[in-house]
Formats: sequence, C-alpha cells, structure tokens
Amino acid sequence: MSDLTALTIAEARDKLSKKETSATELTNAYLAAIETANPVINAYVKVTADKARSMAKLSDEKIAKGEAGPLEGIPLGIKDLFATEGVHTQAASHILDGFEPRYESTVTANLFADGAVMLGKLNMDEFAMGSSNETSYYGPVKNPWRKKGSNMDLVPGGSSGGSAASVAAQLCAGATATDTGGSIRQPAALTGTVGIKPTYGRCSRWGIVAFASSLDQAGPIARDVRDAAILLKSMASVDPKDTTSVDREVPDYEAAVGRSVKGLKIGIPKEYRMDGMPAEIETLWQKGIAWLKDAGAEIVDVSLPHTKYALPAYYIVAPAEASSNLARYDGVRYGLRVSGKDIAEMYEKTRAEGFGREVKRRIMIGTYVLSAGYYDAYYLQAQKVRTLIKRDFETVYADGIDALLTPATPSAAFGIGDQDMAADPVKMYLNDVFTVTVNMAGLPGIAVPAGLDDGGLPLGLQLIGRPFDEETLFSLGSVIEKAAGRFTPAKWW
Amino acid sequence: MSVDSATVRRVAKLARIAVNDEDVTAMEAELNVILGFVEQLSEVDVTGVEPMTSVIPMAMKKREDQVTDGEKAEDVVANAPASEDHFFMVPKVVE
Repeated sequence: MSDLTALTIAEARDKLSKKETSATELTNAYLAAIETANPVINAYVKVTADKARSMAKLSDEKIAKGEAGPLEGIPLGIKDLFATEGVHTQAASHILDGFEPRYESTVTANLFADGAVMLGKLNMDEFAMGSSNETSYYGPVKNPWRKKGSNMDLVPGGSSGGSAASVAAQLCAGATATDTGGSIRQPAALTGTVGIKPTYGRCSRWGIVAFASSLDQAGPIARDVRDAAILLKSMASVDPKDTTSVDREVPDYEAAVGRSVKGLKIGIPKEYRMDGMPAEIETLWQKGIAWLKDAGAEIVDVSLPHTKYALPAYYIVAPAEASSNLARYDGVRYGLRVSGKDIAEMYEKTRAEGFGREVKRRIMIGTYVLSAGYYDAYYLQAQKVRTLIKRDFETVYADGIDALLTPATPSAAFGIGDQDMAADPVKMYLNDVFTVTVNMAGLPGIAVPAGLDDGGLPLGLQLIGRPFDEETLFSLGSVIEKAAGRFTPAKWW
Repeated sequence: MSVDSATVRRVAKLARIAVNDEDVTAMEAELNVILGFVEQLSEVDVTGVEPMTSVIPMAMKKREDQVTDGEKAEDVVANAPASEDHFFMVPKVVE
C-alpha cells in the first residue's frame, strides 16, 4: 500500500495507463495513509472518503474505456479556500461554520474534469492569513519534518500549511494551494516540496474565498517540478467568470521540464542579501547559482532597489482589500450567526466570535488605512510604492534578464507556538520577505527544495519569472532539483 | 502615526467587530507595532508615480448583455442561518 503513496503523479499516471494499478487502489492507499497520519499531522480538516472512492471508480471506468483525462485517477488534496460543491468550504474559519457551497470553483472544476480524485479539504491559516498554519480554527498543522534528534513539533509554514504537509507526508499525490504573499512558496520551502505561484490572472479566482483580490493566485504544491507542471496545466484556464483571468492559451508546462537553460540570463538581486540572514541560506543561494551556471546559464548581478518596501506596502494593501472582502461575513447569508438585540449587534457579535485574532487584526488595519483622512497617507502611498516595485522588475527584464534566483525563506521551519513570533506580529510577517515582492508585481514564482540545513530541515530556493513565463521557471527549477535531489521526511507519525 | 484606544474603538465599530476593554488594549498595542513597521513607506519619493491599479495590463473584459444565470433562489438561501420563502431572515431593523 505505502508504495502507491510514494509515487509521483507522473509515475502514478504511468502505472494507471499500463493498468499496473487502479484509481481505486491508489485512492484507498491514500485514505489509509490519511487515517493513520491525520490525527497527528492535522493536514485535513475534512476527509471525503466516499466521494473519493466514487470518483476513483468513475476514473477506473474511464481508463477501461480509453477515455482517461490527463489527471485521471490522481488523488489530490484541496485547500479549504476552494469552493467545492456540497463539501465543507470554510477557509479554516469559524465564521463559515457549516458552509457547503452550491457551486464548484473553476480551478477544482478544471482538475475534476481532467480526472482528478478529491481526497478531502486541507487545513490552512484562517482566510489564508498567516505564515505558520497556526491561525486555523482547526488547530495547527504539524510539519512532517523534525530536526535531527528532536521531537519538537514544527510548523509547515502557511497559509497553505495543510497542502504542503499533506504532500510532504504523502497524504495526497498533489494539492491545490493559494498564494497572496508567499502562501504557496513559503510552506513548500519549509516542507521540501515544490510550489509555484503563477502569474496573476493565470488561474481563475472564481470560487476561491477572497482574501486580497489584487494579490491572490492559485497554484499547486507537489512532490517534484514535473508534478507541479502537470497540475498547473490543469488548474490554469481562461475563465469568463473572472474578469482578471487573462485571455491566453495555457502552454504545455510539462514539456518545459528538463529543457535546456543554456544561455538564459539569471539575475541575482543584491537586495535579497539581508542583514542577519543565516549563513546556511547564503550558502544554499551560492550553490543554486553554481548549479545554474553549470547548466549553462549566465549569472548577472542585478538590483531591485525598492525590495525592502514590498513587505510594508503589502501590509497596507492586503489588509485594506481583506477588510473590504471580509465585510460579507455578517451572519445573514451563510455561516455563523450570533444573535444580538438588533441587527447591528448581531453583526458585531457574529464577527467578534467568528473571526480569529489575526483576521480581526488585519480587518482592523485595513479599515483604519482606508478610513477618512488616512487613505492618501497609507493606501495611496502603498499603491504608488507598488508601482515602483513592479518597475524594478520591469527594468531588469528589459535589460535581458530571463529570471531571478533568490532564497525562498529567511529560515527553515520554526516551532509551533514560537514565543518571539507570537509576541510580535511583524516577526511572523517577515517570513514572507522574499516572496511578497512577487505578488506585489503579479509575477510567477516557484520554490524548489535545494538542500537541508545543519539540523536536517529542508530549505528552498525561489525563481522569479517574467509575466506568463512559467515555462522558464519549470526548466530552471528542474535543473536545481536534478542537482539537489529530492527530500522526503523520515516517518515518525 | 499611531492609534489610541478611542481610535481602536471607532475602527472596530466601522469594521462591525464587538470589542471589550481587554481586546482594545491588545489591539492598540498590535496595531501600533504594525503601523510603526509600515511607517517606512513615507520615506519613498513617489513624485509623479501613478498608483498601481492592475498588475497585468489588460482591457476590461465585457460580456454580452444577456441573462445567463438565475432562478436559483433555493441555492442562494441554502446556507443561510435563517430563511423563509427564499428570503434571508434578520432581526427587525425598522421599529
């Protein structure tokens, strides 16, 4: 059984087409693995075993008839942020208590149309707000990785912590995730998995619970670069239901995996060399540079002067958009309702009880920066700085740079309940310092595992591409993967 | 810029989140840490810079002015905490 869950999507696809296994066998293997592991890892907030088995049965019938789709019979985990028809969709929040949408998100509909099987809904930071998966109403997810000789529980990163942990612990073949400031790439880096945030507009946002609409993008977390490419091909589409979905054909990303990177110009932005950055991160970055150079890429030092302003600008823009998006949770149309003496008190009590602390904090910040008298000083200023951040990237790309190489995170996974992070929200926010620039500029970014730190925990490198040039990221990512190897945690659960 | 407890209460009211004294004290401190962090944006010279409106330059999508959806009252109220005859039920708002 466990051999089946160790297969990558590409390997499982191969075995399914050769009839060496069936979608039902594969699905049952994952359901068994989840049953053992989930009480410990807490990656799933809802396991849809019956639905998974019936979807797998349908897949087996299609395979038998020779009508298999590109993801036929592949068992996936779905982040709780994606609307799934008739199935638990709560953004890991109490305020969406009992919500089961009557519609399917475009991304999940695309995956299921291609034959994928849904194993269940994955844990995450509440409304995707967090970098450790500790803000979930359903409790934290445990990272399948532990430090050598330690039994301390570590965070899997966030907000897609359930997605990353379930992929790393082999509790699904691949997972959907979303990224507003680093929520795909940071957890991927902290769990030794591959995560790609595509260009803004590549995946439809229709049916994804909104956090910050100008920054949110869906993408996959997978075991390796090829699997990420396979999943993105199915997730991405042109969708008339999302006005920001870009009218552009989805390329065959898998064909880019293993393609030569000879002659590509890779920029190394000096601003990503931060004060106090662990030496291990710097060493890893240098290794990445050497690997790409060995593969024939040309390394160029570049400057992105407004980098340090991306995180503060993000913490104005994202909460502002969130405060507006989350105004809809009022106890009237769906989810939790807490009664009050009048409608205003009902709203206030419902929102006080339904939202967790981090979500309230961001709604408060967002409401404040958008309030009369502060809009220009905060929001408008932040949006102007955002223009400058994007211009930095445009300048280096205009100079002929094909992609940029940076560290993915400033550190390896940290402990659940870390006191420093709990005491200072900004410390937690700094986890996204290398990833948030990419969202602010709408660019694609991929995190690829590149090595282990001294304690044996995975570390990742990030590649940032030109708009809609995910293919180059898959090519470069596969070079790093080939040189670094793949990383799987030792099973302790 | 920083916020005091009166501002925290006013913002909580705007955001429709009930807060008690303990919440206000905690939020005041947390919000000031965050506002202190974002303060550095004021040092950036943005003279002549247009604020970002769209990260990907694209024309506004339009569709045919046709009815393409609807007749789904049952679906619309399916998740409501309280509904009757396809209406959302709320506490009395007019005396």
